[in-house]
Amino acid sequence: MDVTDLARWQFGVTTVYHFLFVPLTIGLVFMVAAFETAWVRTGNEKWLKLTKFYGKLFLINFAMGLVTGIVQEFQFGMNWSEYSRFVGDVFGAPLAMEALVAFFLESTFLGLWIFGWDRLPKKVHAACIWVVAVGTVLSAYFILAANSWMQNPVGYRINPDTGRAELTDIVAVLTNKVALITVPHTVAGCFLVAGGLVTAVAVWHLVRRPGQDAGTYRSAVKIGAWTTLVAMGAMLLTGDIQGKIMTEVQPMKMAAAEALYSSEQPAPFSVFTVGTLDGSRPVWSVEIPGLLSFLGTGSFDGRVEGINDLQAEYEQQYGAGDYSPNIPLTYWTFRFMIGLGAAAALLALWALWSIRRGRTPTSRWLVRALPLLPLLPLAANSTGWIFTEMGRQPWVVFGELKTAAANSPNVGPAELITSLAVFTLVYGVLAFIEVRLLLKYARAGLPDVTPPPQDESEQDRPLAFAY
Amino acid sequence: MELTTLWFLLIAGLFVGYFVLEGFDFGVGMLVPVLGRDDRERRVVINTIGPLWDGNEVWLITAGGAMFAAFPEWYATLFSGFYLPLLLILLALILRGVAFDFRGKRPEAAWRRRWDACIVFGSVVPAFVWGVVFANVVRGIPLDGGHNHVGGLLDLLNPYALLGGVTMTALFVTHGAIFIALKTTGDIRRRANRVAGQAGLGAAVLAVLFLGLTLAHRGGTAAVVLSALAAVCLVGGLVANRVRSRTDAEGRREGWAFAGTAAAIALAVASLFAGLHPYVLPSTVEPAVNSLTVLNAASSAYTLKIMSWVAVVFAPIVVLYQGWTYWVFRKRIGTQNIPD
Repeated sequence: MDVTDLARWQFGVTTVYHFLFVPLTIGLVFMVAAFETAWVRTGNEKWLKLTKFYGKLFLINFAMGLVTGIVQEFQFGMNWSEYSRFVGDVFGAPLAMEALVAFFLESTFLGLWIFGWDRLPKKVHAACIWVVAVGTVLSAYFILAANSWMQNPVGYRINPDTGRAELTDIVAVLTNKVALITVPHTVAGCFLVAGGLVTAVAVWHLVRRPGQDAGTYRSAVKIGAWTTLVAMGAMLLTGDIQGKIMTEVQPMKMAAAEALYSSEQPAPFSVFTVGTLDGSRPVWSVEIPGLLSFLGTGSFDGRVEGINDLQAEYEQQYGAGDYSPNIPLTYWTFRFMIGLGAAAALLALWALWSIRRGRTPTSRWLVRALPLLPLLPLAANSTGWIFTEMGRQPWVVFGELKTAAANSPNVGPAELITSLAVFTLVYGVLAFIEVRLLLKYARAGLPDVTPPPQDESEQDRPLAFAY
Repeated sequence: MELTTLWFLLIAGLFVGYFVLEGFDFGVGMLVPVLGRDDRERRVVINTIGPLWDGNEVWLITAGGAMFAAFPEWYATLFSGFYLPLLLILLALILRGVAFDFRGKRPEAAWRRRWDACIVFGSVVPAFVWGVVFANVVRGIPLDGGHNHVGGLLDLLNPYALLGGVTMTALFVTHGAIFIALKTTGDIRRRANRVAGQAGLGAAVLAVLFLGLTLAHRGGTAAVVLSALAAVCLVGGLVANRVRSRTDAEGRREGWAFAGTAAAIALAVASLFAGLHPYVLPSTVEPAVNSLTVLNAASSAYTLKIMSWVAVVFAPIVVLYQGWTYWVFRKRIGTQNIPD
């Protein structure tokens, strides 16, 4: 394993880990904001209970997303200094905008929301969580615009003197067609996770403590499950468009997703295969004829380029080298992404069915499957990202800079192994603590929201919230 | 003004903001076990920065992002060159951020003690290491022709840099103690004022020594003036810390004292940047060729122009709403305000 591999492992570990918390943050903040708005508008206490209950889970999760996010910004410079020098002119801009426009909004207004229950009028307080929600989506937009530039570089030129990329058109970077479709796809993925969590926790309470706050939990199940189902619809819709754009700008990634070695017209989609995917011999598979053509081109008999043809084409264009990513990995992550997301939607449907017409869910199998409701879409998010990033290899910036030339030349294996070990260890311990806390507060159920008696003077009154 | 100069000033401004704001909340973090004698008192201390610390930390993230966009070479050289120190800062900030949030989530004393240790570690370490990093930046580090740092970790731990680390830590302890005195009532306020006086004396001696050494090495007129003003403000703040409050016999003039330490930190950091300009990272090897300056580290004029517009529009908005947060949470708190 050379230093580039170590740096890649570190990026993989820290980024996949960071993105375990991000989807729940983005999805849940909107749901909590909707609950609080419902409370402000109707005065019905059940919405306040849901706001505070899911708000607490949101905050436990947010803390982890926040602290692991700082690592993301630092490690471009620490581990990938050659990359940073090459792309800073272009890639740094959306990153700086993300910090200035989105991060300040999120963190400042979240502080106001957490501690401001007794300091702000109701409506202003609810507005604060909406500002946080807007901040999370802005943040997603800027960072995805930056990532999309790595998949499909636009709006730049290579400076002939320095050999570096220079921004020539910021609008092109911010309206990159890859970014415009990746943002809704990613945000829908966030709602898939958050809807799953809201549903799972509420169903669990309905089963374990039937009768207690049943009406409130039923509302949560309905809202959570519908969120998951609608999000899955949005995933399919946006994913379909994304597939066609990917076929156009990164045909090798699409070919790798199917392990399609020679170009075909029409090209089938294999649901799964048995055997090695290195192209050396045919494998046994279950195929749907023409489906890959449809995913890639929109027509059931469209032509899809194969890995071997693309390899030959790229060798002519970029010189000798291997231009295909890790095929088994891209092939399987692509399928897991779709399959795990769809399975989550089915579970949400089951949860919804279990409470139909006032019924209390009783199935023990449903209870056993509950943890999967947030975990499956979370895994779908991770595999989707692993597919996207691994599918771009050997490039870090498609067509411009190879990953092998991007890491810091002055950072050696000793430093990389140290940091990889530190992050893995600390992240592992924190994950364990975080999951236990989430479970503790999820089990505790809806809080009591009757306001405390206000007999003390204002000076002596306890804070509505304190660390 | 040249856009490269503007961006040098903006990044200096972001670090000034970061050290003034996170400076006091690092100080507060370090003082949690010193000023809080039981759990309730420790919670008072922590909650003085409860709604604020996260927003303060974003100043660092924005400074990093701005550096990446405006001076990619600076960002790449600095972050890869100070690899292990920055790793330590990241580790500290991770533990500290999680600790604030998780500490109160379980009642057990052992649980809370462990998170308190994380808060102290997470506050001392970044304060000290940032001091070491900035001292080394001003002093210069060995860079090769590709602007890569070629020195070892031990070179970064030279006596001057260590003095920078200790100075920054002492300044933040003082700044934090004064902030706690400004935001609390009763015993904690009294103790905080006392600690501020003691720590302030040490911080003042260290700061004069460190800034003096810095000026001897790399100082223009601007840096000298800013350093002198920093010393004046620090002394002014410490004097206010001795003067009895007019409204409360137990208190001191904490508002003035805080203004003094805040201005002192701002001016001291500004003087480091003033001394540095036009370099952003001087090289000790072939300084004329290998050093990074505002010119050879900068992005293209187009990127700087776009980013200038973004900064001109959004930076004032950020300052406004962050200021509003400080206003919303302006009240002092005491043990009686901590919910069970």
